[in-house]
Amino acid sequence: MSDRYSIEVRITPRPGILDPEGETIARALDNLGYEGIGGVRAGRLVRMEVEADTGEAARATVERMCRELIANPIIEDFEVLIHTAEDGG
Amino acid sequence: MMKVGIVRFPGSNCDADVYRAVTEGLGHEARYLWHKSHDLEGSDVVVLPGGFSYGDYLRAGAIARFSPIMSEVIAYARAGGLTLGICNGFQVLCEAQLLPGALVRNRSLRFRCFEVGIRVERADTAFTNAYERGERLSIPIAHGEGQYVADEATLDRLEADGRVVFRYVDDDGVPTDVANPNGSARNIAGIMNETGNVMGLMPHPERVSLEVLGSTHGLGVFLSLARAVARRADPAASTAKPAGVGV
Amino acid sequence: MTVAAAPPAGPLVITLEIIEEHGLTKEEYEQILGILGRPPTVAEVGVFSAMWSEHCGYKNSRPLLRTLPTEGPHVVQGPGENAGVIDVGGGWGVAFKIESHNHPSAVEPYQGAATGAGGILRDVFTMGARPIALFDSLRFGSLDSPRSRYLLDGVVRGVGDYGNCVGIPTVGGETVFDPAYEKNPLVNVMCIGVLPLDRLIRGEARGVGNPVMAVGARTGRDGIHGATFASVELDEGSDSRPQVQVGDPFTEKLLLEASLELIERDLLVGIQDMGAAGLTSSGTEMAARSGSGIDIDVALVPVREEGMTPYEILLSESQERMLLVAKPECEAEVRAVLERWDLQAATIGSVTDDGLFRVRERGEIVAEIPVKPLVEDCPTYTRKGVEDPEVVALRGADLGAYRRFDSNDAVESGLVTLLDAPSIASRRWIHEQYDTSVQTNTLVGPGSDAAVLRLPGGDRALAASTDGNGRYTYLEPRTGGRAAVAEAARNVACTGARPVALTNCLNFGSPLRPSVYYQLSEAVAGMGEACRALGTPVTGGNVSLYNETGGQPVYPTPVIGMLGILEHLERRVPAFFRRTGDVVLVAGVTRDEIGASEYLATCHGQVAGAPPVLDLDEARRLVDFLVAGAAASLIGSAHDCSDGGLAVALAECAIKANGGPLGVEADLDRAPRAGPVSAAAAWFGESQSRVVLGCLPESVDELVSLAATHGVPIGRIGSVAERDGAFRIRGSGHVIAPSVSSLERTYERALPRRMREEAGLTS
Repeated sequence: MSDRYSIEVRITPRPGILDPEGETIARALDNLGYEGIGGVRAGRLVRMEVEADTGEAARATVERMCRELIANPIIEDFEVLIHTAEDGG
Repeated sequence: MMKVGIVRFPGSNCDADVYRAVTEGLGHEARYLWHKSHDLEGSDVVVLPGGFSYGDYLRAGAIARFSPIMSEVIAYARAGGLTLGICNGFQVLCEAQLLPGALVRNRSLRFRCFEVGIRVERADTAFTNAYERGERLSIPIAHGEGQYVADEATLDRLEADGRVVFRYVDDDGVPTDVANPNGSARNIAGIMNETGNVMGLMPHPERVSLEVLGSTHGLGVFLSLARAVARRADPAASTAKPAGVGV
Repeated sequence: MTVAAAPPAGPLVITLEIIEEHGLTKEEYEQILGILGRPPTVAEVGVFSAMWSEHCGYKNSRPLLRTLPTEGPHVVQGPGENAGVIDVGGGWGVAFKIESHNHPSAVEPYQGAATGAGGILRDVFTMGARPIALFDSLRFGSLDSPRSRYLLDGVVRGVGDYGNCVGIPTVGGETVFDPAYEKNPLVNVMCIGVLPLDRLIRGEARGVGNPVMAVGARTGRDGIHGATFASVELDEGSDSRPQVQVGDPFTEKLLLEASLELIERDLLVGIQDMGAAGLTSSGTEMAARSGSGIDIDVALVPVREEGMTPYEILLSESQERMLLVAKPECEAEVRAVLERWDLQAATIGSVTDDGLFRVRERGEIVAEIPVKPLVEDCPTYTRKGVEDPEVVALRGADLGAYRRFDSNDAVESGLVTLLDAPSIASRRWIHEQYDTSVQTNTLVGPGSDAAVLRLPGGDRALAASTDGNGRYTYLEPRTGGRAAVAEAARNVACTGARPVALTNCLNFGSPLRPSVYYQLSEAVAGMGEACRALGTPVTGGNVSLYNETGGQPVYPTPVIGMLGILEHLERRVPAFFRRTGDVVLVAGVTRDEIGASEYLATCHGQVAGAPPVLDLDEARRLVDFLVAGAAASLIGSAHDCSDGGLAVALAECAIKANGGPLGVEADLDRAPRAGPVSAAAAWFGESQSRVVLGCLPESVDELVSLAATHGVPIGRIGSVAERDGAFRIRGSGHVIAPSVSSLERTYERALPRRMREEAGLTS
């Protein structure tokens, strides 16, 4: 019996990779007067619904997708978050 | 007569420009290879042209890399077939790991189109034998994701192996920061693989390959390939060094 | 009674409020009752509202537009189709049109500009033409305001990202900054495409029973106005927020290739893009052109949102969609082509012969409107125009205080201020964000007077420019209308190409204001006069009214997109100085005119005086001379003299000279004059029909003689000096000699420094 899992994949630039977008955002925040802001990294979000028997199975599938297509391991890290229907996420 | 196969992905734009450069500029043959086909049609050279395959969605070249024809292209390239990736094509080659590293957004975060100076780092390759080593060319770039990145070890290895083929330079031929249009590591504009048969570059040589447009600085890339193809065909010259310049 | 709950669309209880919210008057509603013979359904109200809107119906402009000349030896298709088409010889045609996307760009500049580019591209390729170039004519408030910087940034990225992705070079345009546009930016985009003339296809729906197909992106709720929607949808069923239209250039590229393939393979009867008012306008216009009818079922339209009503589906402005009528025996092949390009295709109905626009929802009729009255009997209004007395006063203002300079330094400082002015300075910051060379047709790109593009099949080239002057048109509308056409023709002729036809975009305030209506009627009259004098008929265009906020309309701004044909591309003439030693001449007459000038506005903060006189005979003779001079290879360089006058034109020639800045030595007093000319007019006045020429010394006599033959006054004023030399100019008792390099720095830094990106243009 399969369940439907709501998946969120967060893709961010790997540490050490120049992130001009993150830097530009940081500068803009600084110009607006926000103080004490650091470590701004800009990334991407991909959401999807995955049918699988268990949460672990869904995660494994999604991680495979990330390594194959959704993220480029040379320049990006990825994080997979799973919400089931009950989580309301 | 060289037969160039130009792959057309959904969203490729510079395919027709490469076609014109090869046929009108050089008088050789070219044909289009549809991304859904599995037939390279006996091409001597396969070109992945510039453009916005799949709209550059997700990452430039990330989706095109999985097009049906890419299984043939990858096999062909791994077997030593001459493969040229221009701009988006270079991005696809990196995504397909036929070349090391990756192309990311320009450090200016803006799309940039203008002529840049590039230096021919070696003239003994299948792609540059029609040039002189150290020659400075003026070639247009047109990209938003042209910053070449790779880890230090990879970059060192590329330099040590002489696999950097083109480098961004200023009017005096010096690779300065000002001459770097996108922030690429070590001003790298084009690189080739270990066996010298696959090259990727961000500038567009096909846009400066016709007399009528005022400059033919880029024609040399296609002429070099024609010579490399001719030499491969000629039995007398099949002493091609495996340590490789792909000629 | 709520529509969603009602059984298949019965008559809606129409209130005055509903009519007004749909932009219709009580009288127009009466007319609708007369056409239908009964009250309209909710979907029908939507359809009339869209088709009788200003944008689709040209209610307040049609009578005026009818006065423009539309025929000429090169015109194959005039106004009335998706784009105009001219014959450029050798069996080839050029399709072109300009359109505005002003209001969406004010709301969301990136998407507004992107979808503007997308829409005009579709208008061109729907004719069977492959787009080869885009031009953008942009107007914003002063760059001192953060909002204007935000709009400029968004619009340029929007046009760039869209055009670049589809693979169309943006090769020209104009950008003007003036407080008059602060609240209402103008974003006009022109597209030019090329086609073999025997492949020209129109937006027609012919042949009873022929399948009508919706192709491309799925339909969503983009662009439907929430207010009008809310007034008819009384239940909370659907999530009906108005949506900003978002462009998808990747789908557009696929659509472009697929459409051209379908047309090339002769599989279609007709095709039209779904632009403003989407399915409604495309369906009804196609039927009207062929005198037929169309019967469609909205339930068959591929949608991307749930619960869309017929009203929504009919009025959606989701982008990247086409409506086509296939040849009946070709329907399967049409589907095969679309599938090859991974595009959605759905047969949603068929052509009929009953002259009705019949819309069903799962078989039940929800709208049924006679096509002809809907499309052709949109009421038009001829209003009374009355000139604003304030403008009359401004025009007659005494400008004596501004005619002289106290010192040479004052002259030099005026020049530097003008070269630094965002409306004059280098546009490199903008055009380096556009791909200007993809398709390898660009012979002359941005930064010149006109772009020049290769044409297929031989030696010919096309020159094109977009021009307009809101300030002139504000201070004297008739002159402004003439001047827009004349300037565009002059810019094209500078390359050696003969101007042959134009497209136009009229950007004005609310026509309900007598002062604006006056501007509109006078400007169009002026345009018509110039079109006739210059032999450049109008092949189509666009009207954008209601560009105003808080009771303040923008300057009346007609924008002209002019095309010219150059028989031999190798005889094209560059704009700027070519080499040291060339003789510098001025063709055309300088008068004592500083009214309406950039000089007066930028250096003195004055928007006043009459714009410079525009003598149409002079304009025509100059164009003929430039074309003849280029054909005889006598002209080395030719640069239009406009904003900032002669001093700025000379500076541009020196700064942007071939191979790098070149010095120049010139005496303005030797330029031809009609009577005495004040110092300010000599240096910065904007007398019309003038060009700065560069010429090899050995060709000068022949060139002067040719000018005489054409009745164009010409004067030798100096010569081109050495690389990086001095800009040594004298006139009216003043002398200046700054280094050209210093002028170049000012000229190049002006936009980047205001956009806070001085750190370097290249990275």
